Amino acid sequence: MPTEILMPALSPTMEEGNLAKWLVKEGDAISAGDVIAEIETDKATMEVEAVDEGTIGKILIGEGTEGVKVNTPIAVVLGDGEDASAIGSAAAAPAAETAPQAEPEAGPNGATEPAATTAPAAAAAPASAPAADPDIPAGTEMVSTTVREALRDAMAEEMRRSDDVFVMGEEVAEYQGAYKITQGLLDEFGARRVIDTPITEHGFAGLGVGAAFAGLRPIVEFMTLQAMDHIINSAAKTLYMSGGQMGCPIVFRGPNGAAARVAAQHSQDYTAWFSQVPGLKVVVPYTATDAKGLLKAAIRDPNPVIFLENEILYGQTFDVPKLEDFVLPIGRARIAREGSQATIVSFGIGMTYALQAAEALAGEGVDCEVKSLRN
Amino acid sequence: MDRTVPGAAKTGRTHAILRFLRPDGTAIGGLPGFASDRKEMAALYRLMVLTRSFDEQAIALQRTGRLGTYASSLGQEAVAVGAAAAMRPDDILLPTFREHGAQIARGVTLTELFLFWGGDERGSDFAGPREDFPVNIPVASHIPHAVGAALAFKMRKERRAALCIFGDGATSKGDFYEALNVAGVWQVPCVFVISNNQWAISVPRAVQTRSDTLAIKGIAVGIQGVQVDGNDAVAVREVVGEALEKARHDHEPSLIEAVTYRLGDHTTVDDASRYRDDAEVGKHWKEEPIARLRAFLTAEHGWSKDEEEDLLTEIREQVEAAVEAYLATDAQEPAAMFDHLHASLPPALAGQRAELAGKDGGDG
Repeated sequence: MPTEILMPALSPTMEEGNLAKWLVKEGDAISAGDVIAEIETDKATMEVEAVDEGTIGKILIGEGTEGVKVNTPIAVVLGDGEDASAIGSAAAAPAAETAPQAEPEAGPNGATEPAATTAPAAAAAPASAPAADPDIPAGTEMVSTTVREALRDAMAEEMRRSDDVFVMGEEVAEYQGAYKITQGLLDEFGARRVIDTPITEHGFAGLGVGAAFAGLRPIVEFMTLQAMDHIINSAAKTLYMSGGQMGCPIVFRGPNGAAARVAAQHSQDYTAWFSQVPGLKVVVPYTATDAKGLLKAAIRDPNPVIFLENEILYGQTFDVPKLEDFVLPIGRARIAREGSQATIVSFGIGMTYALQAAEALAGEGVDCEVKSLRN
Repeated sequence: MDRTVPGAAKTGRTHAILRFLRPDGTAIGGLPGFASDRKEMAALYRLMVLTRSFDEQAIALQRTGRLGTYASSLGQEAVAVGAAAAMRPDDILLPTFREHGAQIARGVTLTELFLFWGGDERGSDFAGPREDFPVNIPVASHIPHAVGAALAFKMRKERRAALCIFGDGATSKGDFYEALNVAGVWQVPCVFVISNNQWAISVPRAVQTRSDTLAIKGIAVGIQGVQVDGNDAVAVREVVGEALEKARHDHEPSLIEAVTYRLGDHTTVDDASRYRDDAEVGKHWKEEPIARLRAFLTAEHGWSKDEEEDLLTEIREQVEAAVEAYLATDAQEPAAMFDHLHASLPPALAGQRAELAGKDGGDG
């Protein structure tokens, strides 16, 4: 059967690219490793190699096409004994745009990290019976926003509000964030407050703690959470140990839990661990609204807050209220769905499945409430 | 005592150790200006004697069950006192658990120190140097804190420096290298002082690192490292003072290795005689810092026997008064363990607190 060649993700953060040049034409035989096309991204031009051998049956995206989304079929390769007549069925197969767009995610290993596989279809915001949010006045205009944008907006708003707030971590500045959360912050706030660090998790976690002890409000972004000694022994315990004298207004944030294909050492879920540490507040948002309102609250909190995000949620879109200064209180759960017969409790990305389950149960006549713990 | 240790790597470089006073207290050559100021030198000496007297009392209290585990600074007084004496009030100190002399010089009271070592966290609520950091117990984790605090000064454009003191053992930790690297590349006003007392509990310096000196560890990160005689209070004060100046004005960090010797045990739960030769310790007693400074004061500033006796009497009274105040401090109520955790106590904890206080806690 003919195989499609898809627009590849050539970097962990690439969402689309330009098809600069075809180096083969229809009818050419190719073998694995042959360079078949050149693709341009915002960062570089890269070559695309064939993975299998065969014959180029059809070129679907012409040379010079701009803004080709990752995973869009760009050509069809015919196997042994196949001819162009077989193409019809392959080309008619669902193209990438009908499925939820694969979300290219940056991972801790940069380019070696493949783009996330297709997000589950049901991961989109729940379709029915959302509960009214008591924190959002009725009639508020809602703006469709990704979790990624919401996190960035929260940081930007707080950085505008106070000069003491700054963000540091690996790749947060020039690269615009390993997960593109800090996109645009360097431009607006400059290198003084958007600080790229060496690969020094323990060092910059401790450094953030020291800066917080000295009165600043650091946001420490991790590519992968580590540095337990500083989070627990230094940040969480010092207020108590200093007799209430020395506080640590710091936010440690970054992706937490499993994402796609990041394997054991990048899939750790720290929620339960950190929740056991006196002196730490643990926030795990699900929606973009929660992400924004709670991150703003975390930055203003006089205590250390661990803000656990989820890589798969970064690209998901939710309605976020368009309000001047939207801050949610830390310490309160949210009813995500009204229901009268049973309650499902979850948090973070688990909410995706809780809402799906409620939907499925509704089909069976069980009316479930769904609660998002949030923190 | 037999102990096979690898020799230091032969790098072929010679290193100079900065020293103004010989072990017998005579000056080698020209002295920094402050050394001719009798009042200032007497004050430096007083702080060192006070530190040692505090040390003796702390050990006595521990041995009689009235203090927790305690880390003596015997023999290292010149490092702590000399470094702190070079600071300005608005610089900040980040000490580890053997820098009593620095804390005392900065204005932490003896009673606060006794409280801290007695297990009462009110001892870390210094009335004096409010912005100094509390004693850091985990080894080396305060080194990145110092860089963070220095970064805060730089960002706020304040002419202040962070002074971080730690032991030779801490220089083997990742935190040390990570913090030093960042301080070098970001150029923050931070001065790192290694109080190299030659022993990390039972591990001698030569078994900790093959590095020629600890000061050269700054080279790889572009930070100037200098070795100073840590038993010469004049040299420590001068070198740290210069480094602080450079930090405040040029945001240039420094690494200072103050070579001294731990004349006592690691802590009160240690017995160094099990792993360390008495002969080695005896040799180092000849270089100890207080006798050295006293000899200098006597020869250069006419420090008299009467002055010495008056000083010892005054210090004895001060330490005794602090011990009395410490012992007379009531232990905190058990319910105090709920303090400083929550701005307003959640119902579950409020119930537990009330129960501890002997009231009906309800079901919380």
